[in-house]
Amino acid sequence: METLNAQKPTKNNNIAMKITGAEAIIHCLLAEGVDLIYGYPGGAIMPVYDELYKFQDKLTHILTRHEQGATHAAQGYARVSGRVGVAMATSGPGATNLVTGLADAQIDSTPMVCITGQVPRHLLGSDAFQETDIVGISTPVTKWNYQITKASEIPEIMAKAFYIAKSGRPGPVLVDITKNAQFDELDFTYEKCTKVRSYNPVPKPDLESIKAAAELINNAKKPYIVWGQGVILGKAEEELKALIEKAGIPAAWTIMGESAIPTSHPLNVGMVGMHGNYGPNVLTNECDLLLAIGMRFDDRVTGSLDTYAKQANVVHFEIDPAEINKNVKADVAVLGNAKDTLAALLPFVKENSHDAWHKEFDKKYEEEFKTVIENDIHPTKPGLTMGEVIEEINIAAKNKAVIVTDVGQHQMIACRYAKFEQSKSNITSGGLGTMGFALPAAIGAKQGAPEREVVAIIGDGGYQMTIQELGVIFQHQIPVKIVVLNNDHLGMVRQWQELFFDKRYASTVMVNPDFVKIAEGYHIEAKSVSKREDLKSAVEEMISSDKPYFLEVKVEKEDNVFPMIPSGASVSDIRLK
Amino acid sequence: MENQWFTISVYSENNVGLLNRISGIFLKRHINIESLNVSKSEIEQVSKFTIVVFTTEDWTRKIVGQIEKQIEVIKAFYHTDDETIYQESALFKIASALLFDERQIQNIIKESNSQIVTVSRDFFVLAKTGRRHEIDEMHDALEPFGILQFVRSGRITVTKEAMPITQLLEESIK
Ligand SMILES: Cc1ncc(C[n+]2csc(CCOP(=O)(O)OP(=O)(O)O)c2C)c(N)n1
Repeated sequence: METLNAQKPTKNNNIAMKITGAEAIIHCLLAEGVDLIYGYPGGAIMPVYDELYKFQDKLTHILTRHEQGATHAAQGYARVSGRVGVAMATSGPGATNLVTGLADAQIDSTPMVCITGQVPRHLLGSDAFQETDIVGISTPVTKWNYQITKASEIPEIMAKAFYIAKSGRPGPVLVDITKNAQFDELDFTYEKCTKVRSYNPVPKPDLESIKAAAELINNAKKPYIVWGQGVILGKAEEELKALIEKAGIPAAWTIMGESAIPTSHPLNVGMVGMHGNYGPNVLTNECDLLLAIGMRFDDRVTGSLDTYAKQANVVHFEIDPAEINKNVKADVAVLGNAKDTLAALLPFVKENSHDAWHKEFDKKYEEEFKTVIENDIHPTKPGLTMGEVIEEINIAAKNKAVIVTDVGQHQMIACRYAKFEQSKSNITSGGLGTMGFALPAAIGAKQGAPEREVVAIIGDGGYQMTIQELGVIFQHQIPVKIVVLNNDHLGMVRQWQELFFDKRYASTVMVNPDFVKIAEGYHIEAKSVSKREDLKSAVEEMISSDKPYFLEVKVEKEDNVFPMIPSGASVSDIRLK
Repeated sequence: MENQWFTISVYSENNVGLLNRISGIFLKRHINIESLNVSKSEIEQVSKFTIVVFTTEDWTRKIVGQIEKQIEVIKAFYHTDDETIYQESALFKIASALLFDERQIQNIIKESNSQIVTVSRDFFVLAKTGRRHEIDEMHDALEPFGILQFVRSGRITVTKEAMPITQLLEESIK
């Protein structure tokens, strides 16, 4: 265990330091390697902000324009970097504004620590000014949470918070700190947490289940892999690649797993789920072995469970025992970190190629290409499509950008058509589908991976949910590229209204402001295009800029995303149009 | 799958927020907690929740998985009624006059194997330990005479099988 004494610049270093709780929080963050946090001040957290002021040279605080933005920025940061994102807020409304981000991080397993101020201990439960029971409120949307009421608890709880957030299946942790605990003094020493006795983050892999999985793989005629974010979180990209190459297994991804294997890899057959690729969905019901790796069989992936992969043996590689048999029954469950279990599996797997089986994916791809893809990315109709914009971004950014998407049609199109060469490159709100995610998440992504190009793809609806974060981009000159695919509608909801509610467009038509002017109001270079002949150069100009850049693309207003599995239908019943 | 009675036993750290966290798991799946008891366990500093639900085994298994996943939960199990010895306790407060006026009440006390905990001028208190249906029967028998107050505890259980719980727990918290 690492022990760290706080180094107070003004006093003797060797003595266990008597410092305030507020200062202790800063030292805890520094000891955890945190150098960047997002947040918003207010009464109950002011002592900590006062310390942030003093520690500016070691710890940067970014003032987002809304606490929700702080959480999504912390998530974006965590998702590209693999580190813990940190967000801070005051009590009451500051704390409740974190809830959406916590829920998003919880369902998408993102390591995040949120720190909230709280009214002083003696006022707890008295309906004091800006008191809310944030521990109660955040319980169902956190991996763990805790209220600190004594300064002396700070080091141990903060250490535990970081350990829990990042270990095992990661998730958000909230630490609520009463104001008296921020003012009071403690003897500060810091010890990183390496164990919590009631918590077993990574189940030990069991060799028998690994051998059973290998046996199924070696005997399968039509084996098929669907991987999820567990591969990325477990840093198992190389192990997965080795497995699919050795055993010749076609592999598809959930949107949370996208980019773990390069798009161009011949065994990467595409996306599963509601708007995923045709072959990967249909052939789920034709494979004889389904290897689910670090994914949780979300209903947007499986469609109707009654008709999902019933013909296949299912092997589930999973770190979280509660996911086993939750939605789909596993014939073999391989518990553990995917990196370890796949590495252990590999020697037992025989080389194979399954050429005929691959051809079935190719055939289905051709069908999808003719009816859907070609029209999406090389359209001949006059209006611009979302797909051709993504394709231009692929070309201009040479498939190297981190793509951050919001929620809706543009998200599905971006996930379908963006090309990736590097892992941790597709940042999206998968499980919660949080509109407003992308703009702040892109800020975090750029700060978490400054060397990479970061392009946010956002709908005109979701953009207006967190548009105020343009202020952060301007103030700190964060060179993210913002693309709003403007269809003047809440496109995805409008699509459902068209298909399932007889085109009754209830509250999905939007009269939008001049987005270019808004960006320019923040002194961000901005452009709008609505013609095909202007698109390429506009995208090129955006990508070649080394500053923040806003590009609005006015796309066809009533396009639909296909293929589509109508909700509740079987993956086999995916519609091409 | 049919609904059945299950007893879920949760061994955990003794933490302020944990009850909220555990009850939230039932809330999320819209399952009613029929009975809940929290006490210390056979292991020092480890609390035990005993939770009774009426639902399918599949749901019970999933809930136990979600409970066990909580950071401060050390171990969670579920059992059917056949696999456990289980009891509940109840207190009945009844007007003292009835004890002398109604012969029937004396019979009920004898037959139900209950105890008189206290007798005062105005009321007496009966304590009964047993299975839920036994307590229900006693309640039904006394009700016509008038019950001033009634309370029943949550179910408590031990397993029939020699479950090496202590050892299991010690292993998981090592
Ligand atoms: C916070 C939130 N509210 C509502 C929804 C429901 N919803 C899902 S997609 C969508 C429409 C999104 O419209 P837009 O941002 O314009 O993107 P488009 O679908 O047009 O690409 C809505 C309202 C949501 N996902 N998140």
